[in-house]
Amino acid sequence: MTSSIRRLCFAFVALSSAMAFQPALAEDTIKIGYVDPFSGPFASGGDEFLKVFGYILQKVNADGGALGKKFELVPFDDKLQPAEALIALKSITDQNIPFVMQCTGSNVGAALLDGVSKHNARNPDNRVLYLNCGALATELTNEKCDFWQFRFAGNVEMRAAARIKALPKDLKKVYLLNQDYLFGQSVQHDTRKWLEKLRPDIQVVGDELMPFGKVQDFSSYVAKIKASGAQSVLTGNYNRDLNLLIKAAVDDGINIRFDTYLAHLIGGPTAIGAAGENRLTTISEFGPNVAVELKKPEAEAFASGWRANHDTDFSEINFLTMLQMLSKAIDKAGSTDALKVALALEDAKATDMVGFPVQMRKEDHQLLMPFYAVSFSRDVKYDAEKTGFGWKTDFIASTEDLTLPTTCKMKRPAS
Amino acid sequence: METILISVLNGLVYGMLLFMLASGLTLIFSMMGVLNFAHASIYMLGAYLAFTVSRFVGFFPALIIAPILCGLIGAAIEIWGLRRVHHNGHIAELLFTFGLVFIIQRLVQMTWGMLPMAYRVPPSLDFPLFVLYGANFPAYRGFMLLVSAAMLLGTWLLLKKTRIGLIIQAALTHPHMVSSLGHNVPRVFTTVFAGGCLLAGLAGVIGGNYQTTEPGMAESMGPIVFVVVVFGGLGSLAGCFIASVVMGMIQTFAVVIDYSVADLLRPMGVMLTGDTLLTEVLTVPVARIGALLPFVMMVTILFFRPRGLMGTRDT
Repeated sequence: MTSSIRRLCFAFVALSSAMAFQPALAEDTIKIGYVDPFSGPFASGGDEFLKVFGYILQKVNADGGALGKKFELVPFDDKLQPAEALIALKSITDQNIPFVMQCTGSNVGAALLDGVSKHNARNPDNRVLYLNCGALATELTNEKCDFWQFRFAGNVEMRAAARIKALPKDLKKVYLLNQDYLFGQSVQHDTRKWLEKLRPDIQVVGDELMPFGKVQDFSSYVAKIKASGAQSVLTGNYNRDLNLLIKAAVDDGINIRFDTYLAHLIGGPTAIGAAGENRLTTISEFGPNVAVELKKPEAEAFASGWRANHDTDFSEINFLTMLQMLSKAIDKAGSTDALKVALALEDAKATDMVGFPVQMRKEDHQLLMPFYAVSFSRDVKYDAEKTGFGWKTDFIASTEDLTLPTTCKMKRPAS
Repeated sequence: METILISVLNGLVYGMLLFMLASGLTLIFSMMGVLNFAHASIYMLGAYLAFTVSRFVGFFPALIIAPILCGLIGAAIEIWGLRRVHHNGHIAELLFTFGLVFIIQRLVQMTWGMLPMAYRVPPSLDFPLFVLYGANFPAYRGFMLLVSAAMLLGTWLLLKKTRIGLIIQAALTHPHMVSSLGHNVPRVFTTVFAGGCLLAGLAGVIGGNYQTTEPGMAESMGPIVFVVVVFGGLGSLAGCFIASVVMGMIQTFAVVIDYSVADLLRPMGVMLTGDTLLTEVLTVPVARIGALLPFVMMVTILFFRPRGLMGTRDT
């Protein structure tokens, strides 16, 4: 009995180590180390992104990859912990993988930014590029900007500018509710800043930070919001912190808008359902209905190709843009050397899948891209997550609209 | 005034949900000495099972079936898991339930996926029960109160008025004596463990659509349930009840309080200025740290009264 168990254990160990080494055997691909949470409470996001990248890579590799080679993703689980992400970075550099990509969490992003910068200073012959596809805190391309980071996702301030521009003209009183951590505070700060700049007529009747992921019953918040007389809740909340808030509001019967930043994140539409109809808005990168409204059949075909096999929607247009720009930059540089690719990416211009111009700004390595203000409506061609409701575009904030000044003073490498 | 009344009602609903979870845990804890880490995972299982079952037979049958399934799972865990590690001492049992948390978490993710389930309040209960100062009180919350009150009464009658209850109570305090009198104490253990899991499952059925049914729900409920058990005191259903309601009230009321410690000190002539750490801590409004208060209270009670509010022996 015991010996058979022991044999089983050995078999497992042998099997798992064999699987771990397998990717290292294939040498003819361009590897990208992909660090995101694949276990723990935020695994749903990482899991989804990994599938999305699989779908995108099919297209990018079919279009020729780079240098005649295909791209290959090597995933690393960071459990949304900065320390775990740094361990992953160590294995990435040990395996001589030239790119590290990360799409969830500004705290993890800040740690990676710092880790990559230090690694490159110490190991000039084994440098890596940090491709940031979702650490959104504004400061990562401002005070904390770094030559080795390229951010292919709109930062919080760009989203805030789009958010405030898209608010309806008759809105006069808003309530700010955000999560008490780096991202929520960043949203709070930038929302206030852009409200003052663009809509001084709007009165902020409440401004509050709430514990991140700890609140079980939002009815007291709803009572407070109601007492303030607000017409809309402006919030950076997501996942449970948003779903439970909207649920409590519906239970209460209060008639109020929810102008959010992240309601379109995976699982949001399912959890919110009919409760969000015509009162829930969000700021998104893309969606299948955007392609329909702008009459871009190619983009629509790409988005529906994803829908055919998944319950979710393809909205990560910036991931596609990132890999397309990266493959062009590698071709231009003629190698995967981090410095050469970085120089080729700087000021690179491209058009995204729906035909809007985007640009990787040289000063701060921030991708300048458009955003879509969308609302949750029955009146759409493609519904979200099979809920019967989908995201309908109300307003497009163009790339020029969102080209905001940066305070970045980048230290550039000598050569 | 109106905010207070609404908060009292909502605090009561949340407190009763906590009580359903905590009562099972406190029974298991006090009887077997096992802090069942997986208790909140059973709560999550209850919600998921209820979602799946209710798709076939409707919500009300699911209200019965899902908790029974959870009870059976609990019995299986006790018979084939806990009992085997029992002779290695409490640490082994503790680690066993700790491991179960991850296994159940992973199983749920593999079976139902990572996304929240569309588990909604049944249409027959989806209407406002009454309107209070312009705010709806949903019928479903009333239903939750009803179910938890019925459960409280049922558990109390079972423990105090029946022979099984008598043996369970005796086994709580004098397991060796009960065993010497010819009762099968291991079977009593299994019954209590299964019963505790059944209650957790029931809490899951009505909590799953009150909140959201998603893989993170065990993690968000777990810590607060432990706080309730420790605060209320071991082996005391009454203490557990009081602690649950108190915690529910604290969490809902904390949100409404926009004052900080600094505001409290101001009338006494103490003015805080500057940018020191102390100023920072004292000027944080209570609303922002509300979720922390139960833990502060637990630490405090462990300090001054280690046996908890109405406990009969030390933690």
